[in-house]
Amino acid sequence: MKKLALTILFGLLVVPYVMAQGYDIGDKAMNFNLKNVDGNHVSLSDYKDEKGVIVIFTCNHCPYAQAWEERIIQIDKQYDKRGYPVVAIQPNDPKLSPGDSFENMKKRANEKNYTFPYLLDETQEVYRTYGAERTPHAFVLENQSGDFVVKYIGTIDDNYKNANAVEKKYLATAVDALLNGNNPEPAKTKAIGCSIKD
Amino acid sequence: MIFVPFFINAHSQNIPVYESFEDYKSLLNRNNDTTYVINFWATYCAPCIKEMPVFRKLEKNYDNKPVKIVLTSLDFGSNVKDRVRSFMDRHKIRSKVVILDDPDGNSWIGQVSEKWSGALPGTLIYNGNSREFYEKTFTYNELESIVKSKIRKP
Repeated sequence: MKKLALTILFGLLVVPYVMAQGYDIGDKAMNFNLKNVDGNHVSLSDYKDEKGVIVIFTCNHCPYAQAWEERIIQIDKQYDKRGYPVVAIQPNDPKLSPGDSFENMKKRANEKNYTFPYLLDETQEVYRTYGAERTPHAFVLENQSGDFVVKYIGTIDDNYKNANAVEKKYLATAVDALLNGNNPEPAKTKAIGCSIKD
Repeated sequence: MIFVPFFINAHSQNIPVYESFEDYKSLLNRNNDTTYVINFWATYCAPCIKEMPVFRKLEKNYDNKPVKIVLTSLDFGSNVKDRVRSFMDRHKIRSKVVILDDPDGNSWIGQVSEKWSGALPGTLIYNGNSREFYEKTFTYNELESIVKSKIRKP
């Protein structure tokens, strides 16, 4: 009986902790409805006719985000037509990171000719729920009859410094696997990035 | 066995650059009585810069005690060494500073700690096998109480 009580107590303590950790592979991603730099709102459910979505938490100010920015644009150009468009979400609180204000997001998207939506996570609820830990941080979601299921969490490739020296294209390889009906391997990767300003 | 120039005074103006984590990782695995505070940072990381006075104060207050701070810069780009050196001069940082310039984070971040996502700043505090990783910025009191708990009683 004591053991059971302890188990229940332990369960109560652990469950909220686990939930605060964000998504893992196989979890169903929440829908969102966020303001885009073009003034419209974009929802995950807008993509119900696509095979999936590449959600990338990224921002203006972070040198790692800047280093990978051109490669994010190329990935969108390459995978949008194959059913996996990019959706970029800026998770930082602009009060703490003025370079990431909505106005500055609009400027950056225009200057760099973003081919994908660049959304502001105004309440920061989306990044917290997903469990994004840094910028940039990618989540590949597979559309399973309207449910967007997390299939890859991690980085873009193995070299932020030099696009020409990349050996492992983790993100592209993950999407290729899904397009071929396989699960990504590795499904989770890490990289150095900027902490999210919250 | 690669010789690692560990006891370099920050003022000697020679910042070691490790182009591979393999060469760097012995800094995370010293087995002696010293408590090591290994901070991962970069000159362009605002919260890291804000946290610097905390490490400076620890360095000052724990001079002559078995505590060593290693500020591991993850700066990249042109003139990395010059930029880091001038940052150290401007901020009067006396702690040991090294540059880790291995861009395949996925291959080594988990070796620093499974708990670390790779976001900056992060700090590993260890003494022998007793080690913890903190993906956060410290107040001085928080940092000092962890360091105190790690220092082995004689």
